[in-house]
Amino acid sequence: MPTLFEPLATMPARTVRIDIDGTERHVPTHYSIAAALLESGAASCRTTPVSGTARGPFCMMGVCFDCLVEVDGVPNVQACMTRVRDGMRVRAMSGKARLA
Amino acid sequence: MTQVKCDLLIVGAGPAGMSAAIEARAAGLDVVVADEGHAPGGQIYRDAAQSPLADATVLGDDYLAGRALIERFAGSGAKHLARCVVWQVAFEDGRGIAMLTRKPHDERGGTLEVTARAVLIATGAQERPWPVQGWTLPGVMGIGAAQTLLKSSGLAPSQDAVLAGSGPLLWLFASQLLKSGRRVRAIVDTTPPHAWRTALPHALPALAGADYLLKGLRMMRAVKQAGTPIHRGASAFSIEGDGRAERVRFVDASGAQHVIHTSLVLLHQGVIPSTQLPRSLGCEHEWDAPSACWRPRTDARGRSSVERVWIAGDGAGIGGAIAAMHAGTLAALDIAHELGALDAATHDARSRPALRAMKRHLAVRPLLDALYTPPAALRRPADGVIVCRCEEVSAGEIRRIAALGCQGPNQMKAFSRCGMGPCQGRWCGTAVSELIAQVQQRSVSDVGYYRIRAPIKPVTIDEIADSIALDDDFTRGEFPS
Amino acid sequence: MHEKQAHNNARHYDVIVAGGGLVGMAIAYGIARTGKRVAVCDGADSAHRAARGNFGLVWVQGKGSRCLPYAQWSRESSARWSAFAAQLQRETGVDAGFERPGGIELCETAEQLDAGHRLLESIRAQDASLAYEVLDIKALKARVPTASDALAGALYSPHDGHASPLYTLRAMQEAFQLHGGAYLPRNEVREIRPRAGRFEVDTANGTLEAERVVLAAGLDNARLAPMVGMHSPITPLRGQIMVTERLQPFLDYPTLVVRQTREGSVLLGDSAEPAGFDDGQTRAVMADIARRARTAFPLLAHARIVRSWGALRIMTPDGLPVYEESSAHPGAFLAICHSGVTLAAAHADVIAPWIAGGGKPAILHPFVATRFSNPTDAHAF
Repeated sequence: MPTLFEPLATMPARTVRIDIDGTERHVPTHYSIAAALLESGAASCRTTPVSGTARGPFCMMGVCFDCLVEVDGVPNVQACMTRVRDGMRVRAMSGKARLA
Repeated sequence: MTQVKCDLLIVGAGPAGMSAAIEARAAGLDVVVADEGHAPGGQIYRDAAQSPLADATVLGDDYLAGRALIERFAGSGAKHLARCVVWQVAFEDGRGIAMLTRKPHDERGGTLEVTARAVLIATGAQERPWPVQGWTLPGVMGIGAAQTLLKSSGLAPSQDAVLAGSGPLLWLFASQLLKSGRRVRAIVDTTPPHAWRTALPHALPALAGADYLLKGLRMMRAVKQAGTPIHRGASAFSIEGDGRAERVRFVDASGAQHVIHTSLVLLHQGVIPSTQLPRSLGCEHEWDAPSACWRPRTDARGRSSVERVWIAGDGAGIGGAIAAMHAGTLAALDIAHELGALDAATHDARSRPALRAMKRHLAVRPLLDALYTPPAALRRPADGVIVCRCEEVSAGEIRRIAALGCQGPNQMKAFSRCGMGPCQGRWCGTAVSELIAQVQQRSVSDVGYYRIRAPIKPVTIDEIADSIALDDDFTRGEFPS
Repeated sequence: MHEKQAHNNARHYDVIVAGGGLVGMAIAYGIARTGKRVAVCDGADSAHRAARGNFGLVWVQGKGSRCLPYAQWSRESSARWSAFAAQLQRETGVDAGFERPGGIELCETAEQLDAGHRLLESIRAQDASLAYEVLDIKALKARVPTASDALAGALYSPHDGHASPLYTLRAMQEAFQLHGGAYLPRNEVREIRPRAGRFEVDTANGTLEAERVVLAAGLDNARLAPMVGMHSPITPLRGQIMVTERLQPFLDYPTLVVRQTREGSVLLGDSAEPAGFDDGQTRAVMADIARRARTAFPLLAHARIVRSWGALRIMTPDGLPVYEESSAHPGAFLAICHSGVTLAAAHADVIAPWIAGGGKPAILHPFVATRFSNPTDAHAF
């Protein structure tokens, strides 16, 4: 997978362990889920409920609603507005949200 | 559900919101500032006070200047509510009531109800939507988005990235990357080759903001000298790829066709005011032709057309961070005077320097607008381009419905579903109005915009259900038959 | 067809319809289908448009308890809807999204279930073909597994269904134009002047002329009706609605307050507020709607609302329609109802031919505005 974003030299930060689509990743605590996804090389994080087309983070400020993922079972969470948490389980959104 | 009372609710903790909070507190008002971010700074000063970068100076002095403001804000005594999404502001019994989602994805969050005597909307701007073929592909983002990743997460785009579009942010970001020791693959500048001619009449008045111009020129020169390929006067820009961005195509000023292979395309065509919240309150808006965007009608102090509602900063009209600070100050002074906390003489005396300063910092805007406002052709995409990203409605579909006599954007929304997705028209609204104007040969101003209603951000049924206790005399009403 | 700003000389039509909403367009489409030359004068984008506020039900159950013809009229329209939608789709390619799985009125308490049962039985006693079923909680859960276990039950009627009000309007508008109809947006009717055997209609873009004119302008009918010697006793009644993000299908039947669309989004309603001409939203009603939805379908608790609005229904004093020809100025017709989707098929199939020059079907006889001048007549059917 081509690189999308790479870390520059950063201040030392704690990392947390998150599970993205079954792969475990260690990312700094200050990352949003979108940052973690993009750093891992994933350009897309869902397929649309209208046509099933792949989409990924676009605006990084919570106004485009393209970065929707499932977080700990909760669907349609904005990845760019959500900080990672230790043990968080992130899954791509596939089409329409399924309620419990 | 928690309830908070205050004199002034400020929505947004960017430069306008923070400055307003500081000034309002100085006048003795009880101030609540609600902001979606985890820390104050808005978009422009995002994470300025806690940069993850080992060397934050790469982001430039203007960015770092935000630290002083953030510090003063932290010491102002304003009640700062971080990670709060304001989804509705209503007026009941003469008070503004705002509904806020606290900590959107935190179990221990919930709804907050803020009651205020005045509301200042300082929600800033968003990137101007620039619908091009392939803009919905994964791997296509805004330059502002990439800059946010740099500021908040210390992430830089791949050196294969292509920056495309027009406007100061293009050069600012490119120069920030250079200072970080990073390159980009190419810059595709869509500023029309003769834009400088339209801009020339504005050059003299812009000299009052000469520092802005010099800064911009220096950045451009640095980027050029670093050897980054720059394609000026680009047109016919499109993005292609199978399931993700793989290449861009464009025509340069000489008419030569180019293809650049890349997995990351960063777009930018300036910024436009975020109008969702003021529109939901019924604030009047007007189409600003020189900058081709909608802005709320406000007076010089930020008073909107709705009582008890002020708007300041980029959300009232694009002016940049410093102008936003002064606008925030002016609005706070006006509010303090209106609420009886400041006498007329003091109000006047303190406003005058802020008005002068704001005027100076806005002096460069007409020139920037003339240079960088995308021409109509870039605002009216070809038929095959998706305009409504949420509902996947194409420009062709919108034109077809417009040709059948659709009255305006609201009827267009009803017939095509554009604007019905979670973004509520933030990314399609401007293009829809433009396309209707084009097909029906009307002015954009005449065509109008979507009617925006609360909730201005999606909110759960649980939250709405528990957001207010219903009085004993509440009745939902009944049909006659 | 591009917008024209130029003023015109009086343009002649067979029929002019004032109002391009669900009622006006259905009638205009029905008349245009017969080959007559029809013009629709529609208002501006920001006008009060009941069509945009419609919940989308094609509803029969519970109607007409005090006026059996209304129940029968609703049922007739429901029966015609399938063919109506099919024709619109054939002509325009637009799918109005009509389905008739039957409709369900959910009852939170035993009292509500009992009251509903008695109401529906009183209607069926007058016309046995108006079918319904009482569902206890077990029977309800068998049809609607996602319904709350805490409900008392529900009332089901096979005559009920739903459609997309917006796609219905869009399809009618396109079909109308395909049949040669002149759709004139942002062309509100300012004045109607009856002349011998014709009507002059002044609009923002000049004067039109026709032998017949139909007042289907919703709340604006109150202003227009006196111009043709009629009385339009209508008041606005606000309803608020909320819509969720698209969700996986979980509800196959429309209910009065929750229905899931083909796209997956769920509409939640409703309210009936006398708020004058204020089509705004209130926190209290939004909370009430959300609670009712959550009570009926607990799984909706975490679904997100992405849109919400208030809209003004057009209400006569008894809630029943008005379909009347002016006696002072024959050729002028008044058409008022608040169930623009339910009655769309009947409007196109039955009302339109009558207005175009046919006889008035007997079923429509009760629906005249003159019933309001003599209260004792209002329910004497």
